[in-house]
Amino acid sequence: MSDLRELYQEVILDHSRKPRNFRRPADANRQARGDNPLCGDKVTVFLTLEDGRVKDVGFEGRGCAISMASASLMTEVLKGKTEAEARALFERFHDEMTGKSACHGAAAGELDKLTVLSGVREYPMRVKCATLSWHTLVAALDDKQSGVSTEGDGL
Amino acid sequence: MSVATRPAETGDRIVNTPVYDLARVRADFPILSRKVHGQRLVFLDSAASAQKPRAVIEAVRNCYETEYANIHRGVYWLSERATLAYESARARVARFLNARESAEIVFTRNATEAINLVAQSYGLAFLKAGDEVVLSYLEHHSNIVPWQLLRDRIGIVIKAVPVNDAGEFLLDEYERLLGPRTKLVAVTHTSNALGTVTPIREIVRLAHAYGARVLVDGSQAAPHRMVDVQALDCDFVAFTGHKVYGPSGIGVLYGKADLLRSMPPYQGGGDMIRTVSFEKTEYADIPSRFEAGTPHISGAIGLAAAIDYVEALGFERIAAQEQAVLAYATERLSDVPGLRIVGTARNKASIVSFVMDSAHPHDIGTILDRSGVAVRAGHHCAQPLMERLGIVGTARASFGLYNGFDDVDALVDGLRRVKEIFG
Repeated sequence: MSDLRELYQEVILDHSRKPRNFRRPADANRQARGDNPLCGDKVTVFLTLEDGRVKDVGFEGRGCAISMASASLMTEVLKGKTEAEARALFERFHDEMTGKSACHGAAAGELDKLTVLSGVREYPMRVKCATLSWHTLVAALDDKQSGVSTEGDGL
Repeated sequence: MSVATRPAETGDRIVNTPVYDLARVRADFPILSRKVHGQRLVFLDSAASAQKPRAVIEAVRNCYETEYANIHRGVYWLSERATLAYESARARVARFLNARESAEIVFTRNATEAINLVAQSYGLAFLKAGDEVVLSYLEHHSNIVPWQLLRDRIGIVIKAVPVNDAGEFLLDEYERLLGPRTKLVAVTHTSNALGTVTPIREIVRLAHAYGARVLVDGSQAAPHRMVDVQALDCDFVAFTGHKVYGPSGIGVLYGKADLLRSMPPYQGGGDMIRTVSFEKTEYADIPSRFEAGTPHISGAIGLAAAIDYVEALGFERIAAQEQAVLAYATERLSDVPGLRIVGTARNKASIVSFVMDSAHPHDIGTILDRSGVAVRAGHHCAQPLMERLGIVGTARASFGLYNGFDDVDALVDGLRRVKEIFG
């Protein structure tokens, strides 16, 4: 049970029940859709980019607690970031989830908020749930009309 | 526990006939004695792929250790033995389906390949633009996408028989879809997502009345009941070995002999020819015509062993056991607050799909796994059905011949932990 609590921390449950920025900003100028065909999870990420900065961000979709909480947390850390910072966050979050690096202590910086998701690493089958919204974010930044899929896009 | 018994507290609404010695049956499946996360493995995902009895594992090992060589080629003793074993496996499958002759049995990789074979061989040869193929909302993607590929290629029209909210195949709606342009009906015998058993005999009868051929996806039916191709009078049946306790990588297409003989090859290669020259190739007779290249020899032999195992236990007894477990699971899950069973057809195989108010199927699956309970979570490769039922997916417990009431109890205990975490 303790390890399950490690995965399903209160913050995650809270974000999954009440996802933040679960909306489409009226002035959104970028969007992309992400699919996980294995489980049917879908997410659409909306961005309002202004002068290379994320002025606003929102998402819509449906999925498990992990994917919803991850998307919600992502929108919270993205606001105000430059495009380059957003991409760097993605890289670091992705490395964290796939075990390429752990982000602890001071080095974690902006990722502090996201460390609640680090329990997902122990559940390899669920990593794609946590990274789906982030891959979708990158597709939106790239203005990739076709969207992304966890299968076949090498995610 | 030597036989499946009913815990006293559930009252006497359900009578569980002890049909066979469950402990002995479980002992036949080596994997069931292993632990997962320190817990007894409670395997409730046989609809995705069933576990293998020792008899199957040993048949495969025996093939490689004592009788393995390529088939239909060697003049030597070992090749003869392997050929005999492979062809005996074909005859065994023919008896399993009550086919008229072994030549009506084509070995494929799985049910998916069997359906693709019909779509690409029969479909390309006999269907044309505007011809209608009738599917149902209960279909697995493997009985939808091959027809879409064919549609994109030659312009057939796909129609789908709707289901009601209980997930039952609507026979009258089906009849309304049939017409002079209907050339093929391709429907499942049992829904993998909900367990619904379709009225396949009526489906075939009506299709034939309109001169249409019928392909039955028997993948989910084969582990639970006798599929008698002569009694059903179906034209094609596809099923897969791994769901009926056999190896993965081996599947079966049954086709009526005259129909198969009228069809062109699906793939070209060795073993499917009579003579080859660069000008002209003559194809072999059925079933070799459809088995290009070296087949899954040990897989076919393992499948025959699986069929021996299942039939020795007997479908009547397997059905009695599984239906008792299904009834018990339905009752116990109905008592879980915030849980809704999806798929309440009157005639069901031992599959229970459900959703919970508080937790997504994926999260349910992860939490149950930590209790050693393996269930499937997701859309079960049946997205049109999920869409129709207004859900993204379900958690699905599917019961095989080795499952008992204690497995259901473990499932319900595991669901309590879902409630603890998600409320």
